[in-house]
Amino acid sequence: MDSIYWPSFFFWLFSGVACTFALGVLLSKNIVRMAFYLVISLASTSGLFFLAGADFVGAMQLMIYVGGTLVLLIFGVMLTSQDRFVEMRTSSGEWVIAFFIGLMLFFTLGRAAFGVAAWKGLDRETAEAVEVERTVTPLAMGLLGARVDQLDEPDAAKREGMSGYLFHFEIVSVHLLVVLIGAAYLARAKRKTGSVAANA
Amino acid sequence: MLNPILANLLTEPVGVSHYVLVGAFMFTCGVLCMATKRNALGILMGIELVLNGANLNFIAFGSRYLRNDANTLGLDGQLISLFVIVLAAAEAAVALAIVLNFYNNNDSVDVDRADQLSG
Repeated sequence: MDSIYWPSFFFWLFSGVACTFALGVLLSKNIVRMAFYLVISLASTSGLFFLAGADFVGAMQLMIYVGGTLVLLIFGVMLTSQDRFVEMRTSSGEWVIAFFIGLMLFFTLGRAAFGVAAWKGLDRETAEAVEVERTVTPLAMGLLGARVDQLDEPDAAKREGMSGYLFHFEIVSVHLLVVLIGAAYLARAKRKTGSVAANA
Repeated sequence: MLNPILANLLTEPVGVSHYVLVGAFMFTCGVLCMATKRNALGILMGIELVLNGANLNFIAFGSRYLRNDANTLGLDGQLISLFVIVLAAAEAAVALAIVLNFYNNNDSVDVDRADQLSG
């Protein structure tokens, strides 16, 4: 009998945790528990990223998503958690409809996932022989406009099109800046009119 | 002694299919979360789950451990998923600001009460 292939073991571990707590987010009635389940689900998804060889994206998932975005969400939960909003129930008729729609959606996507022969995975000898270099430097160079991972592309016309992601990076940076200023403007504390005069 | 199916799952490497299946499950959970929750923050959490399921697919299609041929996305998948993470952060910030504004104005986070626009 073959020995256990440990990456597969950790894949099943992390995917089991991620799926269980995603289901927990869906089924829980309590908004505070939902936030906590979401943290665990997204953190174990970053484990799946590490297993697929995407070390930088996994680290960014932990730092930006779990450390930033979800902390923002939890602040939102804390700011609005009055007793009557902590548990809000959905009517059971809506649950039945949602269950059938979700079952159909998941069935369709699952059929599509196992329908392609090339997606079945490598055999064990090939998978153990795969060498993957660290992705931080190629990713940073790609964001700066130079695709160092595609230099050996034989087709010169294709190499022209692989010019990196500098423009997208600029757009997304400015977008993030504008969005954060807009969010700060939208969420600012309301001042009563005349409070300046009252203070003076 | 492990039974044969379980042994096969543990001794063989996983492929793109398994990652896509996990991504599909998280996507479905997110969609149902968006559809059934009445709390506006619950809907936001559903959106995060949906984006994360999509991200998992990009990583899986770009990974050389799962499919080592000329047709992988390579580094493009990881770059796109980085953009998705950044856009998710931006989306969460704006949506949270809107929810807080709604809470300040209506004293509620129940999305069923946001019906002023219905005639």
